Amino acid sequence: MRERIAIGLAVGAAVLLSYNLYQMFMVLPDEAMQGAIYRILFFHAPSAIVGMIGYFVALTFSVLYLSSGKLRWDSLSASVIEVSLVFSVVNIVTGSIWARIIWGIWWTWDYRLTSALVCVLIFAGYLMMRRAIEEPTQRARLSAALCIFGCVDVVIVWKSIEWFRNNHPGPVLTIRTGGGTMDPAMERIFYLNLLAILLMAIALVLVRTRQEATALQIDSLRRLANAA
Amino acid sequence: MPGRLEDRPPLRMKTVQQALCVARKDLAIELRTKESLNAAGAFAITILLLLSFVFDVTSEETREIAGGLLWLVFAFAGALVFNRGFARELPNECLDVLLASALSRASLLIGKAIANFVTLLVVEFLSLIIFGIFYDIRWWLHTAPLAASFLLATWGISIVGAVFGALTVNLRLRELMLPVIIYPLLIPLLIAAIEITNLLFSAQPSLSEGLLWGRLLIVFDIVFTALALSLADTLLVN
Repeated sequence: MRERIAIGLAVGAAVLLSYNLYQMFMVLPDEAMQGAIYRILFFHAPSAIVGMIGYFVALTFSVLYLSSGKLRWDSLSASVIEVSLVFSVVNIVTGSIWARIIWGIWWTWDYRLTSALVCVLIFAGYLMMRRAIEEPTQRARLSAALCIFGCVDVVIVWKSIEWFRNNHPGPVLTIRTGGGTMDPAMERIFYLNLLAILLMAIALVLVRTRQEATALQIDSLRRLANAA
Repeated sequence: MPGRLEDRPPLRMKTVQQALCVARKDLAIELRTKESLNAAGAFAITILLLLSFVFDVTSEETREIAGGLLWLVFAFAGALVFNRGFARELPNECLDVLLASALSRASLLIGKAIANFVTLLVVEFLSLIIFGIFYDIRWWLHTAPLAASFLLATWGISIVGAVFGALTVNLRLRELMLPVIIYPLLIPLLIAAIEITNLLFSAQPSLSEGLLWGRLLIVFDIVFTALALSLADTLLVN
């Protein structure tokens, strides 16, 4: 059943992405100030949003693991973080490409860029740490702690750097500005691409959760064989 | 009747007293062996000496980044201290005994954090003196705000170090994993500490900017200490 849902979501994401790509490159005009490069926004911002949602979903799963002790929540949390990390990296890479063309530099220590990088560092450490621990409950406990501390830290980093450094373009979506900053046709494709990326992320999480569950089963069988 | 004072076990003390007891024990061991102090102190001084060859120590630019140099050294020296904090309890199953004792997990964690805090403060104080000599920095001009910022930042580093030192104590790659985990978490605290220290080393420090970063240090300390206390029972298990 879970496999069918994952395939359904992946197919949905693929169809939506194809439609969005057609709209982006064949229908929508270039942006007046930025030219063709503005299209990177359709992948840059949705990747950041999906990544951030993922970290806080993983935080919920980590709290659920600590309160229930069920390894299922740990597997879910690890899967969500892994997928979120991929989207965070996509966010940073696409942002760097945009910055190189618009600002003339690959990187600047702006608060959003810095907090995105800190996020990647924390959760890359999380994945490295998971690989270093073999015992599942110990791994789950440490992972849950790191996820909780990491999410709190991301919020603190965001607020701290926000006070001082800000080169990043401000919000353009109607939901943040009340309208007038983005063409409605462009905004429509933005939301459709956000949906496509979100569907893709959920499909990837389902696949990774299944792999995690299989890995746990193999691990318990191996332990059983060693004990016998 | 359960809960009556006379029925409570004699070992049961208040959390703060228990934490101070653990800290006293750790500091007494540290004073006798000087394991962490020697390692972290020697490391900090060596790095400060090496950095003096990287930069022109008399230039104004070097003074402007002095806070960064100093806090990087403290953060790295801190990892050496935190690695030892719980690892010294491993021989003779001392950690299991501590966890099975009447000590609350929260007081064990806070006690270890206090011991880390004191050890790191000693290393910081020694480094600051040497730093002042090597880099010609008059750090004593603003002693009170500098001391307050050092106390706040060091407590933040110590509590995070104690939590993850406890969680990684049984790991095969403990020495490698602890820095990988704690440094990204410490970024906001280190940013604030560096900014305040740079301000205090400058000719005319801005009070409002300093207070803003000081507020971040206080928020970090409160949030992470509260998290550590609330998760102590769940995270520290035999």
